[in-house]
Amino acid sequence: MKLLEDLKYAESHEWVRVEGNKAYIGITDYAQDKLGDVVYVEMPEVGTIVEAGDQFVVLESVKAASDVYAPISGTVVEVNDELEDNPALINESAFDAWIVAIDMSLPTEVDSLLSAEEYERIYE
Amino acid sequence: MKKTPLYEKHVRLNGKIIDFGGWYLPVEYSGIIPEHEAVRTKAGIFDVSHMGEITVKGEDSEKYLQMVLTNDISLLNNNQIAYTTMCYPNGGVVDDLLVYKYSSVDYLLVVNASNTEKDFTWLKENLFGNTEVLNVSENYAQVALQGPLAQIILQKVTEKDLNEIEFYYFSDNVKIGSIEALVSRTGYTGEDGFEIYFDSTKAEEMWDMLLETGKDSGLMPAGLGSRDTLRFEASLPLYGHELDEDITPLEAGLGFCVKLGKDNFIGKEALVNQKAEGLKRKLVGFEMIDRGIPRSNYEVYAEGRKIGYVTTGSFSPTLKKNIGLALIDSSYAKEGTEIEIIIRNKNLKAEIIKKPFYSKKYKK
Repeated sequence: MKLLEDLKYAESHEWVRVEGNKAYIGITDYAQDKLGDVVYVEMPEVGTIVEAGDQFVVLESVKAASDVYAPISGTVVEVNDELEDNPALINESAFDAWIVAIDMSLPTEVDSLLSAEEYERIYE
Repeated sequence: MKKTPLYEKHVRLNGKIIDFGGWYLPVEYSGIIPEHEAVRTKAGIFDVSHMGEITVKGEDSEKYLQMVLTNDISLLNNNQIAYTTMCYPNGGVVDDLLVYKYSSVDYLLVVNASNTEKDFTWLKENLFGNTEVLNVSENYAQVALQGPLAQIILQKVTEKDLNEIEFYYFSDNVKIGSIEALVSRTGYTGEDGFEIYFDSTKAEEMWDMLLETGKDSGLMPAGLGSRDTLRFEASLPLYGHELDEDITPLEAGLGFCVKLGKDNFIGKEALVNQKAEGLKRKLVGFEMIDRGIPRSNYEVYAEGRKIGYVTTGSFSPTLKKNIGLALIDSSYAKEGTEIEIIIRNKNLKAEIIKKPFYSKKYKK
């Protein structure tokens, strides 16, 4: 399974890419493989305030709906509109298909996320 | 947990194995959507060895089946098959099943895997006359070869002229390669195709032979996930969803296999009364207007009150729409009626549409 070294990971299988105070969030390659073909993404509205651990996105595969949890706290400032018409991007390239960007309220939370190596141990 | 004789094959094909009613079975290999599309446009092969097989033999077999089943078995020719429900006295459904008639003293019932024990117990409890029922599920492996190219593929490995097997008929002692099998033109996908029953010790040989033979035609191994989306698009009921002990076959729209005119059968009185009083609930098809995917057991609302629930819902790989089946108050069952599906506490708009969502291309 693919992993990127420069990303941070949550135990609940989300990845985080930090750009300044913004965090782009998606799900890992491992998670998309477990999920199967994603056919619908239910996004939060821009402006939604989330706390780390909140369920804030729902991914629907053909078979079932799965929750995605906010790995860090903050305000949703962007959602990836491309996924609305082409949710399969998550399966094709999980690490490019960011779902939501959050303006972090507690940037130090990033430090408690997992490195690629630590995350890999979880599902091995 | 039980394994079918093809379990090792599924693992080697990278099937995602799940617990399906106590059986280890693959939900998908390459993905539900590609497998679904293969069956709609080319062919797919499913391991359905978990299905239950029960034989009914003896002089009074026909009389007995007429009593326990809702369809009219006396109308069957030898080698013909009937789809039927089996009901409780209150009209609720014990199971839906296929009846294969060898002769009026020899039948094979094919039942849902998770209901096999329950069905067998029910059949024994209601046994009469010179009739014997046996649960022979262990002896059989079963594969379903489905899709527009199913016949072309199967014909390559058998000398039996498959054109001779009509829709809902079967032929016994058919040689597939060197394996003796029962072949029926039946299925659960809305496509032409065959269900093949044979000695479970030959399962791997049969599986490999068919996959190899169909390779050039685009045959794919297909899992339970696509089996479900395929049957759902064709609006074929699934026990535990569209049917259960609290839903009658009339409510589920299966009046065609309930022959109220035949002599007494279990559930007749309740079903006759239900029909006379008019159905209070009906199974309907609907399409989402708002964005969202309906799922089993989501509530259905109209005019501010609950009118029923979703029995099956999914993204439809063929229609590329979010659709569902729901059991609702009959007064909202008319096509074009607007309803609401409650998805994660939101009331999302949907509209009643005609079912089946996908029309069958069965060979007659």
